[in-house]
Amino acid sequence: MREYRRKHRTNTYWLALLASTLTVGIPLAATPVTVRAQQQQQLTVQGTVRDDQGTPLAGVGIAVAGTVAQAVTDAEGRYRITVPAGAHQLVFSSIGYLTQTVEADRQQIDVVLLPSSQDLEEVVVVGYGSQTKKDLTGSVANVASKDFNAGLVGSAEQLINGKASGVQVMSNSGSPTAGSTIRIRGGASLSASNDPLIVLDGVPLENGGISGNGSNFMSLINPNDIESMTILKDASATAIYGSRASNGVVLITTKKGTTGTLRIGFSSVLSMQQQQKVADMLSPQRFEQVIQEQGTAAQQTLLGGQRTDWVGQVFQSAFGTDNNVSLSGSVTNTVPFRASVGFFDQQGTLRTDRTDRVTGALSLSPTFFDAHLTLNLNVKGALNNNRFANTDAIWSAVAFNPTQPVHSGSEAFGGFYESLDNAGVPATGANLNPVGLLEQETHKSRVGRSTGNLDIDYKFHFLPALKAHVTLGYDYAHGEGENRIPASAANAYTVGGSFNEYAQNTQNRLLTAYLNYTAPLENSSLEVTAGYDFQYWSAKSPSVIYFNEAGDVQSTAMASDQRHTLLSVYGRINYQYGGRYLVTATIRRDGTSRFSPENRWGTFPSLALAWRLSEEDFLSGSHTLSDLKLRASYGVTGQQDGIGNYGYLSIYNRGDDFAQYRFGESFYRVLRPSVYVYDLRWETTRAFNYGVDFGLWGNRITGAVEYYTRKTHDLLANVSVPAGTNFDQTATTNVGNIESRGFEFQVNATPISRETLTWEVGFNATQQHTRVTNLSMVEDDKSVGSYVGPWVSGRGIQILTTGYEPNMFYVYKQVYDEQGKPLENVYADLNGDGIINESDLYRYESPAAEWFLGFNTQLTYKRWTVGTTLRANVGNYVFNNTKMDLGAWETLQYVPFALNNLHSDFLNTGFRARQYYSDYYVENASFLRMENITLGYDVGRIAGSARLRLGAIVQNVFVQSKYTGNDPEMPNGFDSTFYPRPRTYSLSVNLQF
Amino acid sequence: MNTIKILCLIGLLGLFGSCLSQLDQLPTVETTSESVYTSVENYKSVLAKLYASYAVGGNEKGDGNADMASPTAAYGYLRSYFNLQEIPTDEVIYTWAGGDNLVDIQYMRWGASDTWVSSMYYRIYYTIAICNEFLRNAGDDKIAGFSEAEQQEIRVFAAEARFLRTLAYSHAMDLFGHVPFVTENDQVSAFFPPRITRAELFDYVETELKAIETILPEPFANEYGRASRAAAWTLLAKNYLNASVYTGTERNADCITYCNKVIGSGFALEADYSKLFNADNDRRTQNEIIFPIQSDAAKTTTWGGMTYLVNGPILGSMNSPDYGVTSGWQSIRTLREFVALFPDATGEVDRRGAFWTDGQTLDVDDPSSSSQGYTIVKYTNLNDDGSYTTDDGLVNTDFPLFRLADVYLMYAEATVRGGAGGDAATALGYVNQLRERAYGNTGGNIGAAALTLDFLLAERGRELFWECVRRTDLIRFGRFTGGDYLWQWKGGTVEGSATDARFDLYPIPATDLAANPNLIQHTGY
Repeated sequence: MREYRRKHRTNTYWLALLASTLTVGIPLAATPVTVRAQQQQQLTVQGTVRDDQGTPLAGVGIAVAGTVAQAVTDAEGRYRITVPAGAHQLVFSSIGYLTQTVEADRQQIDVVLLPSSQDLEEVVVVGYGSQTKKDLTGSVANVASKDFNAGLVGSAEQLINGKASGVQVMSNSGSPTAGSTIRIRGGASLSASNDPLIVLDGVPLENGGISGNGSNFMSLINPNDIESMTILKDASATAIYGSRASNGVVLITTKKGTTGTLRIGFSSVLSMQQQQKVADMLSPQRFEQVIQEQGTAAQQTLLGGQRTDWVGQVFQSAFGTDNNVSLSGSVTNTVPFRASVGFFDQQGTLRTDRTDRVTGALSLSPTFFDAHLTLNLNVKGALNNNRFANTDAIWSAVAFNPTQPVHSGSEAFGGFYESLDNAGVPATGANLNPVGLLEQETHKSRVGRSTGNLDIDYKFHFLPALKAHVTLGYDYAHGEGENRIPASAANAYTVGGSFNEYAQNTQNRLLTAYLNYTAPLENSSLEVTAGYDFQYWSAKSPSVIYFNEAGDVQSTAMASDQRHTLLSVYGRINYQYGGRYLVTATIRRDGTSRFSPENRWGTFPSLALAWRLSEEDFLSGSHTLSDLKLRASYGVTGQQDGIGNYGYLSIYNRGDDFAQYRFGESFYRVLRPSVYVYDLRWETTRAFNYGVDFGLWGNRITGAVEYYTRKTHDLLANVSVPAGTNFDQTATTNVGNIESRGFEFQVNATPISRETLTWEVGFNATQQHTRVTNLSMVEDDKSVGSYVGPWVSGRGIQILTTGYEPNMFYVYKQVYDEQGKPLENVYADLNGDGIINESDLYRYESPAAEWFLGFNTQLTYKRWTVGTTLRANVGNYVFNNTKMDLGAWETLQYVPFALNNLHSDFLNTGFRARQYYSDYYVENASFLRMENITLGYDVGRIAGSARLRLGAIVQNVFVQSKYTGNDPEMPNGFDSTFYPRPRTYSLSVNLQF
Repeated sequence: MNTIKILCLIGLLGLFGSCLSQLDQLPTVETTSESVYTSVENYKSVLAKLYASYAVGGNEKGDGNADMASPTAAYGYLRSYFNLQEIPTDEVIYTWAGGDNLVDIQYMRWGASDTWVSSMYYRIYYTIAICNEFLRNAGDDKIAGFSEAEQQEIRVFAAEARFLRTLAYSHAMDLFGHVPFVTENDQVSAFFPPRITRAELFDYVETELKAIETILPEPFANEYGRASRAAAWTLLAKNYLNASVYTGTERNADCITYCNKVIGSGFALEADYSKLFNADNDRRTQNEIIFPIQSDAAKTTTWGGMTYLVNGPILGSMNSPDYGVTSGWQSIRTLREFVALFPDATGEVDRRGAFWTDGQTLDVDDPSSSSQGYTIVKYTNLNDDGSYTTDDGLVNTDFPLFRLADVYLMYAEATVRGGAGGDAATALGYVNQLRERAYGNTGGNIGAAALTLDFLLAERGRELFWECVRRTDLIRFGRFTGGDYLWQWKGGTVEGSATDARFDLYPIPATDLAANPNLIQHTGY
C-alpha cells in the first residue's frame, strides 16, 4: 500500500545510525590520553567552586581519584584538600551538576560546574508530588531552563520544541498573535480536543483562550519566569490527572526565590524578523505576457501597466524586544522570594500585526516551625495588547492583479485601487486591495490575566513522615476588543461600515488537598498519597451588537455564560524494594458537571512496574553501565475537553429580533431546541507503555527507548446521526474507537566535559501510527466514511474511515502524460467500471508525519558557546490549496471587472479549470528544519560583581523540503496562503548582579 | 486537639457535600426545556420556530446562528425546496451552478452524495424533529397545569404543529418516497428510525390531516401566518391528486371533495396577478393565499427563501430598484420550452408571461452565461403603491405555498381525470377565471373541448411557475424523466436528452444510509 515507506525507512535508519555513531564514537575518541604532571610530594589544593552563573556552590564533594581523600565546599563554595604524592586527579561532583575531573597540578584550582539534567538524584516534579529520576516508573521527560530554546520566545511551549521525544510543538502561523499546537504522542482523540493538560505550579489551566486572545493564551505566562517543564507521556504518569489526561500532561514550574544574597538579573533581547515568501506567483511582466498571449480582448483591457509587488507591499521587516528584570533572594534570610517584570513587544511581518505584553511575577516561599510548615505563594499577572491584521490580505496580495497600482489617485475607498463595477462600486466577488484591508481596518484587543497559587505543606509535628498539602489556585482573565471597518473601506462599503465591541471574563478556581505518608521500612520504602480536588471554571460574555458607521444596528449575537466543575478523589502508592524493584499504582475518580448524573463519574487507574537492573549485583559493579532500568505500565485515562458544558441537557435558544415570525399583527421571537445527547460519557484511553532507561559511563550518555500502544473507545466525534432523531444532521456523541502505537528514542550525551571545553549532544526520534478502528453507530458499516478537515468545494478534503489512518486525503489519482505533465480532468479509473465518479476517489496519505526527529548540540569553549537545534518530520503530506486555487485559467477571472494573478504552476499544467480533488496537489512535505543557531559569549565579571553574557541567535534558520509551497509545516496539512513563519535575528544581553 | 481534628473533618465533609451539588451546572443565558414549557407565551415562541423553520435558516439575522451545521442547510428550507423542485425542470436555468454545487441537479444526474439533496432531506427532518419535540411537551398530561382556556389554546398549537409536520412528511413523500419515520413517541437520539414506504406514509399523512381538520380553526379564523383547516384541506387535495404516483391508486374523487371544501369557504382570486407576489402579499391571505411562508426585510430575514427568489432573476439590463432591491444576483433564467407555453414573450397578451428579453437570448448554449435565456418578472419587493423597503436586498415578500388558483386547477385536473363528484362545466369556469385574470379580458377563455390534460399541464406552468410545483406536476404527467418531453440541458446536453426513470425520486443521502441500517436506497442509485 505504501511502497515509498521503504525509502523513508532507509533515510531514517541512516539518520539514526549517524546519530548513534556520533554519540558513541565521539566519547570513545575523546577518552583522555593525558600527560600527567609528576608531583614529588603531597600538595594542598584549594579553590572555589561556582556554577555557570557565577554563584558559589556549597556542598560540592571533591575526591582525589583512587584515594579516600575527600572534601566538601563550604557556604562560600571554598574547599581545601590534600593530594598525596604522585600524579592525581580531583573529581568534583554535586547533585544536579556534571561531574568534572581536573588534574591536581597546582595549588589554586577554581572550578565551574555545569548543571546536568542527567543526574539520577535530581528531583523531578510529577503529578501531585515529586520523585527522583531514579525512582520514576512512568515515561517522563524533563526539560530544564538551561536547555530551553533561546532567542525571541513569545510563549512557553516554544521553549521545548525539538527537545523531547514524543512531543511536537507547531506554531499555528507566523503571526505574533498566533499560538502553537502541542501534541504529546500525537493525541488520542478526533473531535474532543487533542491538546495536553497544562498544569502551572499545580494549577490545571483550561484549554482555549479568551475573547481577544483566543489562540495565544499561553503567551501570557512569561517564558523567562519558567524554571522547568516536565512532560508526562504514558498513562501511569498521567492517570493521576484522570479525566483530562489522555493527551498527556505538561507541568510548568516557575522560578522561585533562593537563600543567600540578593541577586538581580537583567536580560534583553532585540530582534528583527525577516519576511519569507508566500507563493510562487507570476511576475508582473510574465503575467502581462500571458494575458497578451492567451487572454481575451476584454481581459487585456484590465491590465494596468504597473509593476506592483503586492506581497512586498503588505509584509515588512518586523522588530521585537523582550526585556526582563528579576530580583531573587531572601527577606531577612528566612523568606526566599523572587520578583520579576517583563516587557515584550513584537510586530508581525504582516503590516499592522503586533502584540505587546507586560508581565509581573512574585514568588514567596517562607518556612516556619523549623521547616515543618512551608508556604509557597506565587502570583503572576500579564497585560496584553494585540492588533490583529486582517489575514485575508495575504490571499488578496498573492492573487491581486500585479499590473495595477496600490493607490488609485482618487479619494474614493480610502484612496486605494479597487476593482469597480459599472456603478462605480467595488465589484462583488473581486479581490479587495490588500493594503486597504490592512490599513483601513482596526481589530484590537486588550487582555489582562492573573494566575496564582498558594501551596501549604505541613509536616506533622508528631509524625514527620506524614505531610499534608493544600493548594489554592486561581486563573482569572478579562479580555475585550473591538473591530472597526469604516464605510469608505471596500470591505464594508455595501453595509455602510461595521463596528462592534466584545468582552469576556473567565475564571478558574482550584482547591487541592492531599496527605502524603512515607513509611520507613527496612530495605524498602513505601509512599502513599491520597487527596481531593475541586475545580470550577466559568466563561461569561455579554451580548454583542454590530453597528454600521451611522450607528444603526445591523445584527446581534447572544450573550453567553458557560460554567463547569470537576470534583475528584485520587490516590497513589509508590513502593520500592532494595533500590531495585519499583511499583507505582494510582487511581483517580472524577465527577464532571458536563455529563448526566448517570454518566458523570469515571474511574481511572494505572499500574507501573520498574526494575533497576543496574543495581543488581551482577551489574552494579559495571563501569560502563551506570544505569539500566526496565519499565512497564498500564493505565486508563479520560478525555472530556472540547465538548460543550451542557451537552446532555435539552436547551432552548431564543432567536434575535431579525429571525422572528409574525402571527397576526405581532412578531414573536422564536425558541429553538439545541442538539443534545443525554448519555454522553467519558472518552476512555487504555494505554500500555514499555520503556528502557539507560546510562553509560557515569551517565555521560543517558537515554531512553519507549514503545507504547493505545486504544481509545467511546470516542467523542461529530458524526451523522439518523435523520429525525436529533436537532441537526450531526451530533457530537460517543462513537467509535481509535488505536495508536509508537516508538520513542532519546539519547543525551556529554562527549567532552572538561575545564575549558564541554560538548553536549542530544537526539530524539519518535515514530507514531494511528488508525480508526470503528467510527459508526452502525455495525458492519459499508459507508465510505465522513468528510472532515478543511473545506474544498463543498466538502472536507480529508476523510475518517474505519480501518484507515484518520484525516487521510480523499482524492482522485491524477494521470500524467509521457513527459510527466498532468492531464486535465483525467483520473485513474480505480474500480475499473469505465466511469470516473466518486467511486474512484481513494485515500492518499495523511497530514500526520510518521517520524519526528530532533537533534540539538551545544559546544562551550572557554567563554564561547555555540549551539543549534534541528528538527525533522518525515512522512507528512500537505494539500497545496494555494496552488490548486490559483493555478488554473478559470481562477484568472470571476467577475468581468477584475483579473487575478496566476500561480506559476499554471505554466506547468495549463489547467483550464480547477482540479479540486486531484492528488497532484497532495505533496510530500517531509522536512528538515534548523530551528535555531546560537552563539554566546561570557564576558565575565565587569564593574565589580556584575556578570555579563552576550548572545546572538538566529531562529528558523532554514527549511529543507521537497514541498513546493513556502513552508511544509502546515496545520491540518492544508496550505492556503499561510502566514509565513519569519526568520528571526536576535541579539541578547544578560546581566547578573 | 481531638475535637479540633473532628471539627476539621466534619468541615471538610461538609465542604465536600456542598461541592458535590456543584456538579449540577445549569445554563443561565439559555433555558432548559423544563423551564420553557411553563407559559403559553413560550409555547407560542416554540410554535413560531416551527413555522420559521420553513422560512429562515437560523436564529439570527440573515440565517445567522444557523439551525444546522452544514453550509447548504444553512440557507433554509425554501431555497433547497425551490432548487430541487424547479432547477431540474424546464422553468429554470441557473447561472452559478458550478460554484453552488448545482450542476448535477441542473442536469438531472445527481447521486446519493449530492449536497442539495442532503440539504433538503436534513431540513425536512429538522422540521419533523422540532415538531415532534413540541408535541412531546404539548400532550394532555403535560398541559394539565394550565387553565382550561390556555389548554385549549395549546391544543390548537399542537394541531398546527401536526400540520407543519405533515407538510414536511408530504414533501418527504413527494421528493424521497420511502423514508425514515419518527414521531413524538420516539425518544431524542440513540435509536434507528424504521423505514416507511411511500404508500404507508401517504396513509399516515391522510390520517393526520383528517384528525386535525376539526381542531384547526375555520378558514380566515386563525391569525395571519398560522394554518387554518383550509391549509389542511389544500394539502389533502394535493396529495390525493398525486395519489397514483405515491400509492399506485388514484384518489381523484377525494381530491375533488377537498377542493370543494376550500373553494366553498370564501376564498377569491386576487384581481391583479402581480399583487400575489409583491411585498404586500401578506394582505392576499384575505382573498387568495391560503397559507404563506413569510419573509420580512427587518424581522424575518434570510439569504435563502424569498430573498433568493426576488434577487435571483434580476440580471443584465434590469434596474434593481425597479423591483425593490439593491443589486441583482444574475442567477435565474428560463428556457425556451417554458417561453413556448405563452402566446408571446412580451406579457402584453398574457400578463403572467412578462419576460425580460432586452440583452437576453432565447436559447441557452452556456448555462453559466447570465445573458442567455429570458428571465421573467414574478416576485418583487414592491409595495402595492410602488414603494419599497429593503436592507441590502432583504425582502418583505411572502411565498404563497398554497393559493386558490392551484386549487382551481387541481379541481379541473381531477375532474378531467374522471374523478367522481367533479363537474366539467364548473372546472371550465374555474380555468377561465384564471385566464380572464391573466388576459385582462375574455380573449384567452377556452371551450370545453380544449380542456385536456395537456392543456392543464401547460396552464399550471403558466399560472404556477416558480411556485415549487413543476417537478411534481411533470412527474404526475410522466414527463419529468424519460424522453417524452425534452428541454434544454435536461440530462446535461444542450438540446436535452432522455433521463433514467430513477430520477423521479431523489435518493436517500449516503450519510443517512450509513447512519441508519433500516434504510434502503432506491433502485437505480
